[in-house]
Amino acid sequence: MSARDEIFATIRRSLKVGPVDAPRREAVAARLAQASAGIRPQRGQGEAAERIATFRFEAERVQATVAEVVAAADVPAEIARYLSDNNLSATLRFGDDPRLAEMPWPATALEIARGPSEGHDLNAVSAAFAAVAETGTLALVSGADNPTTLNFLPDNHFVVVFAADVVGDYESVFAKLRATYGAGVLPRTVNFITGPSRSADIEQTLLLGAHGPRRLHIVVVNG
Amino acid sequence: MSESQAAKTQLRVGLFVTCLVDLFRPSVGFAAVKLLEDAGCKVIVPPQTCCGQPAFNSGDRADAQAIARRNIETFAGCDYVVAPSGSCAGMLVKHYPDLFADEPDMAIKATAFSAKCYELVSFLVDKLGVTSVAASYAGVVAYHDSCSGLRELGVRDQPRKLLASVEGLRLVELDEADVCCGFGGTFAVKYGELSDAIVARKSDKIAATDADTLLAGDLGCLMNMAGKLQRQGRAVKVRHVAEVLAGMTDAPAIGEPVESAAK
Amino acid sequence: MSVAATTPRFKDNVHDALHDQRLQGALPHARNFISRRADAVARLPEFDALRDSARAIKDHTLAHLDLYLEAYERKVAEAGGHVHYARDSAEAIAVILGICKAHDAKVVTKGKSMISEEIGLNAALESEGIAAVETDLGEYVIQLRGEAPSHIIAPAIHVTRDDIEADFRRVHRDLAADRDLSRPEQLLSEARAILRDRFLAADVGLTGANFLVAETGTSIIVTNEGNGDLTQTLPKVHVVLASIEKLTPTLNDVAQILRVLARSATGQDMSVYTTLSTGPRRVGDPDGPEEYHVVLLDNGRSATLGGPFDEMLRCIRCGACMNHCPVYHAVGGHAYGWVYPGPMGAVLTPLLIGVAEGGHLPNASTFCGRCEAVCPMRIPLPNLMRTWREREFERRLTPPLTRAALRLWAFFAKRPALYRLAVEPAMRGLALIGRRRGRFAWLPFGGGWTRGRDFPAPQGATFQSRWRARSGATQ
Repeated sequence: MSARDEIFATIRRSLKVGPVDAPRREAVAARLAQASAGIRPQRGQGEAAERIATFRFEAERVQATVAEVVAAADVPAEIARYLSDNNLSATLRFGDDPRLAEMPWPATALEIARGPSEGHDLNAVSAAFAAVAETGTLALVSGADNPTTLNFLPDNHFVVVFAADVVGDYESVFAKLRATYGAGVLPRTVNFITGPSRSADIEQTLLLGAHGPRRLHIVVVNG
Repeated sequence: MSESQAAKTQLRVGLFVTCLVDLFRPSVGFAAVKLLEDAGCKVIVPPQTCCGQPAFNSGDRADAQAIARRNIETFAGCDYVVAPSGSCAGMLVKHYPDLFADEPDMAIKATAFSAKCYELVSFLVDKLGVTSVAASYAGVVAYHDSCSGLRELGVRDQPRKLLASVEGLRLVELDEADVCCGFGGTFAVKYGELSDAIVARKSDKIAATDADTLLAGDLGCLMNMAGKLQRQGRAVKVRHVAEVLAGMTDAPAIGEPVESAAK
Repeated sequence: MSVAATTPRFKDNVHDALHDQRLQGALPHARNFISRRADAVARLPEFDALRDSARAIKDHTLAHLDLYLEAYERKVAEAGGHVHYARDSAEAIAVILGICKAHDAKVVTKGKSMISEEIGLNAALESEGIAAVETDLGEYVIQLRGEAPSHIIAPAIHVTRDDIEADFRRVHRDLAADRDLSRPEQLLSEARAILRDRFLAADVGLTGANFLVAETGTSIIVTNEGNGDLTQTLPKVHVVLASIEKLTPTLNDVAQILRVLARSATGQDMSVYTTLSTGPRRVGDPDGPEEYHVVLLDNGRSATLGGPFDEMLRCIRCGACMNHCPVYHAVGGHAYGWVYPGPMGAVLTPLLIGVAEGGHLPNASTFCGRCEAVCPMRIPLPNLMRTWREREFERRLTPPLTRAALRLWAFFAKRPALYRLAVEPAMRGLALIGRRRGRFAWLPFGGGWTRGRDFPAPQGATFQSRWRARSGATQ
């Protein structure tokens, strides 16, 4: 008997069920197909402007910084400003996301690199798939547009969020993923990111930048 | 209302005195009686021994069931059963029905029995609507929340409410009042070193207040805390909350000698 | 069992822990979680309702575990991943070694995985000449020290800043002696730099999983550092090691449990990184592993289903129970002697290593109930510990003296008339002896108590005898 067979046999013996039990199978199939949502906190709900305000409040609570700009075209200048204000090198890497590519980077003095990171980049920018108001969380998906390595390897991570993508709760993100990729299908990685990397393992002292980015600067495009 | 009419409507309350009170500190039992009688109850004390918790918590389910059966029988004629102990009351209220989960007939009896069981202060405040007592006590009091009373029966505000009505009494909040004192029944002897470490912290927290008196609703906890405070030479008087609420604080405090020069 | 337990020496472990000055200095940190959790809970009005929702989801899943496993493995295969089943530690190790050898792996980076501790994976890898590198900062620190984790969320909570500096200086060969490491952020920078190189050089990355999602064939890890993500993104091979009860039906179900997980663990609303991984990299992905393997471990879970301890399978490893436990606060995690400490360890350890080995743990509890009060999955931990005590009593594993004393007490408790006859003289006698001091500094058989505490003397005649005297009549 293979390990799989024996484990299944033991499960069924413990639960006192047979392998064919139709009602059980139907119950499972139904739950998987419906994928109903449970309790969704009040905190994330509300109209768009309220959601953005909640998102900002929650994100700042976890040591991310948030800037709001009027148009996508304003993003490069905001990032350049942040880097300059914080005495960080004027370099930046991003992937193939067209929304980022079409921004006016040449108008800044930033040295741009493209593609996934190999670990030598100080700064990177990604465009979020969605942002979740209830906890100030960003949702990013893997792929050539926004390589996953850009979320973790650089010291400083910038994330562009378009206002229409700020949703109230995680369930809304899952619905958007379903709509984008199909039912039961996900890209290789979906990162839910809430604030910069941290550790409290040294005498419970909160320190930022454990392995992932030390700084997380979110630029919300309102227009 | 005539006397006979009053007698008819008087609640028949069985006092579940608890083995610790019965054996070690009867004055708590008499304080409980006074509080109940002052609130208009007729107090009955049928012959009794133990709620069965030592057996139950040690895994001796059979003995626990036998003891429980006896208690359910013994207190059958009472409208309510009241215990000056959160852990014994917790046993009666929360665990008696579970003990007979496999015996439907007995389970029904146990559930009905549990429904009439109460911890003393909770009975006075929640059931009888007592809002104040006539006692006075000139002292600074720290109150410890015994675990079973707190978490199984929700006893927390009730003793504080009544203590607030005691003339001359100043209640100070105890840091970690809701943290276990380390008694845990047989745990205190079986894992004595561990129990001692836990009660040492409790003792430090008590000493950090300016309380001259420690009160709680469970004699086991009180004996444990008194034992530690006294071994450490800390001059805090330890009593059961019923003693103060009933205005019966003439007897020496827990662990204090009968012929005591210091009061 | 791969990892030897010192649980039978529990009382000695307790003694050692209580006399370990450094440990006692570090232990108060575990209490910080209490107020943080309380604050997070206060900020979310739906918290208690979410606990009920989470509990219902887990109960449903466990009652249909075979079917959810089938659905899950189908989806993993569809996404290009491989599922392996392991009945016990040995099989899990064999599978993982097989994967490593197939790729000629020399370095395996690891995200935090309690299951890997349970099966003793690191030692097995090392004995085959494969370096197992812990990347969670706390796990890294204890790996340098050759210690086991002492808390399931904060594994190095027992280690001081001084200890960490000393360990780094001892192990990091390129660390200049005059480099200042006196501040925690400097230690962090050092660890970050060292581990960054290891992340980039790893052949295989192994993580645990907080959830395995049947709807999409996804494994989810929940971290704060980002080490789990670097572990599973950079190497060619990603191995997920998880026990079978991690199955959760849908992403929406996961959302319910996520909302109580971090809040219960550290008081954060969400941990920094909650990462959903599904299969290997896709066509067009510029990064991500080329192979994705899931090793599903049973190790006693399937036999626990439907039994008296099955509620323990709802545990999501948040650590809230130990954060609120007076026993854990007094002695820390190592005293428990095996992989899982605190109240959840007290129930789980006998399940996994047997009650004969692990029996001390469910007994070393006052049943204060704080653990149950804070458990996000509403596991009745004290009841489950009591059930272990019932098992021990039935199997006569209770220490003989204790058993005899309890049976004696029960004998009298069932016979009120005999009880009266026995206790009355005993209490009067004790009262007389104790009259002068009011308490005893020593009592026969009472050493456990009287070593550190006095024992109050009784008042004399019992309440019932005084009551009878007062009332005059026989009641």
